[in-house]
Amino acid sequence: MFMKKKLSLFSKSRALEAEIEEFLQKLSDSALTFQSAVAAYLRDGATNEFELMVQQLGELESRDDALRRSIETQLYRQTLIPESRGDVLGLLETLDQVHGLMEAGLYALSIEKPLIPEPFVPHFQDLVEACVHSVDHLVLASRAFFTNIDEVSEHLQRVMHFEKEADKAGTILKRAIFESDLDLARKMHLKSFAEYIDDVADGTEDVADRLSIYAIKRAI
Amino acid sequence: MDVMVLLLLTGGLFLGWSLGANDAANVFGTAVGTRMVSFTKAAMICSVFVILGAVISGAGTSNTLGKLGAIDTLSASFVAAIAAALTVYVMTHLGLPVSTSQAIVGAIVGWNLHSGSPTDVSVLIKIVGTWIACPILAGLVAMILYKVTVPSLRLARLHLLHLDALTRLALIIAGAFGAYSLGANNIANVMGVFVAANPLEALDVGRLFSLSGIQQLFLLGGLAIALGVFTYSKKVMLTVGADLMPLSPVAAWIVVMSHSIVLFLFASQGLEALLARSGLPTIPLVPVSSTQAVVGAMLGLAILKGGGGINFGVLVRIASGWVTTPFIALVICFASLSVLRNFFE
Repeated sequence: MFMKKKLSLFSKSRALEAEIEEFLQKLSDSALTFQSAVAAYLRDGATNEFELMVQQLGELESRDDALRRSIETQLYRQTLIPESRGDVLGLLETLDQVHGLMEAGLYALSIEKPLIPEPFVPHFQDLVEACVHSVDHLVLASRAFFTNIDEVSEHLQRVMHFEKEADKAGTILKRAIFESDLDLARKMHLKSFAEYIDDVADGTEDVADRLSIYAIKRAI
Repeated sequence: MDVMVLLLLTGGLFLGWSLGANDAANVFGTAVGTRMVSFTKAAMICSVFVILGAVISGAGTSNTLGKLGAIDTLSASFVAAIAAALTVYVMTHLGLPVSTSQAIVGAIVGWNLHSGSPTDVSVLIKIVGTWIACPILAGLVAMILYKVTVPSLRLARLHLLHLDALTRLALIIAGAFGAYSLGANNIANVMGVFVAANPLEALDVGRLFSLSGIQQLFLLGGLAIALGVFTYSKKVMLTVGADLMPLSPVAAWIVVMSHSIVLFLFASQGLEALLARSGLPTIPLVPVSSTQAVVGAMLGLAILKGGGGINFGVLVRIASGWVTTPFIALVICFASLSVLRNFFE
C-alpha cells in the first residue's frame, strides 16, 4: 500500500510535469506561428493563410490559458512545491503575457491591415526574428528552471542579447519610417506596428528579470 | 501499578510531555511548517518512532546518567525530575536557551551533593564534552551531507516537481529516523533518574514478547512524549517551520538528517559495541540537546555559504546554557531535597 501511495505521489507529479512542458511547448510553437504569420503578411498581406495562422495562435493561447489555470489549481490543491509555488505561478503568468503580446500584434495586423512599403520589409523581418529568438531562449530558460537550474543564466543572457537586438532593429525601423516621404498618419500607423512587435521582446526581458531572481532563490 | 508510584513518576512524565511538545518540532517542524506533511501524519510517525527509539535503544544514555548518580529512591527521583522541569520552565519563561539534557544532569549532581554521594568527575567531563561536541558534530555532518547531496541532485537533473515529491518522502523518512533517535537519546532525560529506583516488574505480553521493568518505564516516558507531540507541538512546529523557511526543503532535510545522525551516534549501543569490537574509540552515550544539534547543523550550512548571517549572540547564549542550566537545576534540586528532608524530619 505504501509503494502504491508512493507511486501515485510520483504519477501526480509526472502528470503536472507534462502539463508544464506542454505549456512551454505551446509558447514555443506560438513564437514560430507568430514569425510565419508576420512573414506571410509582409509577403502577401492579410490572406487566408495569414488569417488561419492568427486563428492558430489564438487557439494556442487559449490552450495555454487552460493549462496555466490547471497547473495553478493543482499546485495549490496538492500543496506542491510550497517554497517555489509563488515563483512558478508568477513565471507562468508572465509567460502567458508574452503569449498575449504576440497575439495582440497579429490581431492588430489582421484588424488594421497596414500597407507596409517594400523598403521596410527587411527591417520588420529583422525585428520579428530577434523577438522570436528571444522568446525561444526564454522558453529554454524556463524549462531549465524546472529541470536544470545551472543552465538558466546562460539562456537568460541570450534572451537579453536578442532583446537588445530587437531594440536595435526597432530603432532602425522607426528611423527609416520617419525619414521616409510617407504622411505623418501612415508614419504613426507603421510605428505602432514596430512597437507591437518590439513589445514582445520587452515582455521577454521582464520575464527574464523575474526568472533570474527565481533561479537565485531556488539555488540551495 | 501502585497509584503512588504513578504519582511519583509524574515528574518524569511531565518532562516527557514537555520534550514532545518542544523537540518534535526539530524533526518535523519544517515538513509541517511548510505544509509538505500534514500535522496528523507527522504526529503519528513521530509518536510511534519516539516510543520505538525509547524502548529499543534508550538504555545506553540512561546508563551514563546512572553512572553520574544513581538516585535510589522514587521520591528523590521525583524531586530531581521536578527540579529539571522547573529549570526548563523558568529558563523558557525568561527567554533563555535551555535543554532538558543539561537540566537533568544538574539535578542529578544536586542529588549527589545532597545525599553525599560522590560525583564521578570523569563521567561529568564526558557529558559536558559531548554537549559541546554535539552542535559541532551536527555542523560537520551537515557540511558533508550538503557536499554529497547537492552535487548529486544537480547531476540527477530532477524536475522541480519530482524533487518536491522526493523531498516530501525524504522528510518523512528523516523525521521518522529523527524521532527514533530523539526517543533513544532523550528518554534518559525523562526516565533516566527513575532507573535505579524502578519499581516495575518484567511483563510478558502474551507469548509474543516480554518487556523488562526498564523498558516499561521507557514505554511510559515514550507515551508521555507522544502525548506532548499530539497536544502541544503543532504550534511549535508551525513556528519552527516558518523560522526555517529561508532554507530550501533540501537544506531542511540536511538539517533534520544531521540532527538525527548525531542524536543516534550518541545513543546507539550497537554502534558502540561495533566500534569497540573493531578496536576504535567509542562514542559516549550521552543525552544531548536536540535543539542545539539543529542549530549546529544550520550553522554548518551557513559556514559553507561563506559564514554570512551567523548570529554569534546565539552561539554565546548556547554556550552559556551549558553552564547556567545545570547550575540552576542543581540549586533547585538541592534546595528542594533539603526542604523536603527538613519537612519530614
